[in-house]
Amino acid sequence: MKAPGLRPPPKHAPKKLRTEADLRALQRMMTHALVQPLTADDELAPRWHDGRPMAEVVAEFIKPNDRLTAGERLKIYSISYWYRLIDAVYEDAPGLRGLLGEKKFSALVRAYLAKYPSRSFTMRNLCARLPQFIREEPRWTAPHTGVALAVARFEWAQTVAFDGEARPVLTPDDVADVPPARLRLGLQPYLSLLALDWPVDDYVIAVKERDALRNDASNAIDRGPRAASRKKVRRPRRRRVFVVVHRYDLRLFYKRVDPAAFQILEALAAGRTLARAVAAAGRGVQPEQVREWFATWMELGWFCKRAGRLSGRS
Amino acid sequence: MPANRFNAFTDYGIGIGLRVPHYAHILEKKPVVDWFEIISENFMVDGGRPLHVLDQILEQYRVVQHGVSMYFGSADKPDRAHLRKLKALVRRTKTPWLSDHLCWGSVDGTFTHDLLPMPYTFSAAKRTAEKIRYVRDYLEVPICVENVSSYAEFHVSEMTEWEFLSEVVERADCGILLDVNNIYVSSKNHNFDPYAYVNGVPPDRVGQIHVAGHTKFEKYILDTHDHPVLDPVWKLYAHAIARSGVTATLLEWDDRIPSFNEVHHEALKANEFIGGARAANFARRALPKKR
Repeated sequence: MKAPGLRPPPKHAPKKLRTEADLRALQRMMTHALVQPLTADDELAPRWHDGRPMAEVVAEFIKPNDRLTAGERLKIYSISYWYRLIDAVYEDAPGLRGLLGEKKFSALVRAYLAKYPSRSFTMRNLCARLPQFIREEPRWTAPHTGVALAVARFEWAQTVAFDGEARPVLTPDDVADVPPARLRLGLQPYLSLLALDWPVDDYVIAVKERDALRNDASNAIDRGPRAASRKKVRRPRRRRVFVVVHRYDLRLFYKRVDPAAFQILEALAAGRTLARAVAAAGRGVQPEQVREWFATWMELGWFCKRAGRLSGRS
Repeated sequence: MPANRFNAFTDYGIGIGLRVPHYAHILEKKPVVDWFEIISENFMVDGGRPLHVLDQILEQYRVVQHGVSMYFGSADKPDRAHLRKLKALVRRTKTPWLSDHLCWGSVDGTFTHDLLPMPYTFSAAKRTAEKIRYVRDYLEVPICVENVSSYAEFHVSEMTEWEFLSEVVERADCGILLDVNNIYVSSKNHNFDPYAYVNGVPPDRVGQIHVAGHTKFEKYILDTHDHPVLDPVWKLYAHAIARSGVTATLLEWDDRIPSFNEVHHEALKANEFIGGARAANFARRALPKKR
C-alpha cells in the first residue's frame, strides 16, 4: 500500500543512524509497517511490500525482548494506530455508521484510512476526504452510495461548523452605502451550503437522538466501534433538499432553505455581486421574500467581509 | 523559591488535565484547582466552542499548554503553519511554559497521531535538540520535553533512554517534563530499573512531573490513563521530587474519565509526598554544610 505523501520505504532498515536521511529512512520504515492494514483478526499484515515476511522486515529495526517478538512489539503500535483513528472517524460520522451498519462501516473506514492516512496534525480533519473517497470507491457503500455521500458531506459540514473560523459579522450599516451592483458579501467560513438528494439532516438528527437515548439509558462504558445492538433508524427516502449547516451562539444548526434562497447564497459564495446573486434566483422570486431572507441571514450572522476586502467599494 | 534552575514554578502546585466531560462542572462550580493543563491541539482551532470555553477557563484559572503533535524527534522540519497556530494559542493562554513529547509520530507529512519512541542515538539527539531550540525561539516560551511510554526498542540505539533524554535536554538547554508513570511502564516493558532512570536525568532540569494510571497485560504494560495512579508510580514520584525538589505536578486521566471531584482527589494525593519533600528540603537547607 502506498499512502499519498508517504514516500516508499527503503529496501532495508538502516544499520546505523548517522544522518538525517538515516533517521527519515527508519521512520518511513516504521510508519509503513504501522499503517499497513491489519488482517481480519487484527494481526499485522503477513507480507511486506516486496513480498518478504513482515516479521522478518520488522525484526530488522525493532528488538525483541524476553516476552515479545519484534513483530508483536510493533503490533501494539499498529493496533493502537488503527483503533485510535477508527474511533475518531466513528465519533465524527455516527450518521454514516447508522446508515451502513457496523460491518460495512468498519470496512469503509479501514479502506478510507488505508488510502488516505492523516495528513494533519489534528484528528479533527480526519474525515475531510471521506466524501471524496466515497465518490472514488463506491463499492464500499453500494447500493447506498448516493445517500452515504450525502451523509458524509453533511457530517463533515458539522465539523466545520463546530470550530471553523468566524469572521467579523457585517451589519446593515457596513453595506448601506454600497449599491447592489457592486456589493459582494462573504459567507462565514464555518458555514456550508449543501444541495442534497436525500434529507439526511433529519436522518442524522434521528441517529444522534437514538444514540443519546441509548447512552442515557445505560451506565455501561460505550465500546464505540464494538457497540452491539442498535435500534434502526429508517433510511431517508430520496428528496431534494437545500441545507445550510451553520452555528449560532456556539451551537450547531441545520437550516433548510428554499431552492431560490440557496441559489442566491451559492452565487454570493462564488463571489457574485448582490444584484447578480439575486438575479440568479430567477424572476419568480418576490422582492419581499428576498428581503425577508436577507434579514434572517443578517440576524444569524452569516455575512462577513470577503477575504481581503470589505465589499465592492473601490 | 525555585526548587531548581529550570523550575521557576515550584509553587504552581497540583494541576489536572482539562477534559470535556468536566467543562460544565468547572464552569458552574468553579472548584479551586491550582492549574489546568490543556492539550494544545484541542484548542488550535479557528473558532467556535473550544476557544469560548478556553477563554472562560482563562478568566478563572492558570493554564499550561501540553502538546501531542510537535514531534521534536521527527525527521520532518517543523511546520510553520502549525507553529503559527501554536504561537497564537501561547499568546492567548500566556502559558508560563510549554511541554511536548520526546518522540516522533509523522514522516513525509503523514501523521500516526501516536507518540512513537526515538532511536537513542547521538545524531538523533543532536537533531532533536536543534528542533527544540528552533521551536522555543519561535514560540518565545520555555519548553519542557516529556519522556514517553514505549513498547518497542530499536537495534540502532546507542544509549539508554535516560541518557538520550539527558543528551537532548543538555544540547537544547531546555527543561524536562518527567512522566514517572511512563518511566514505570517502560521499565516493565524493557526490563530496566525505573529508579536508575530517575537518578540518570539531570534533576535541575525537571520543570514539571506527570503522574497517571496504567493497565497491566500478560506480556506488557499499556499506558492507558484510565485508572488511579498505582503505588509503585507514587513511590517513584516521591523519589523524583526528593531529587528535583517540589515540582509542578499534573495527573493525567484521559479515558473512562470519572467525575471531576474523583480526578481532583486523586491528583491531590501528590500532596502527601510533596509534604515529605518540602520537609527534606528544609532539613537539607537548615543543616550546616560539611566542610
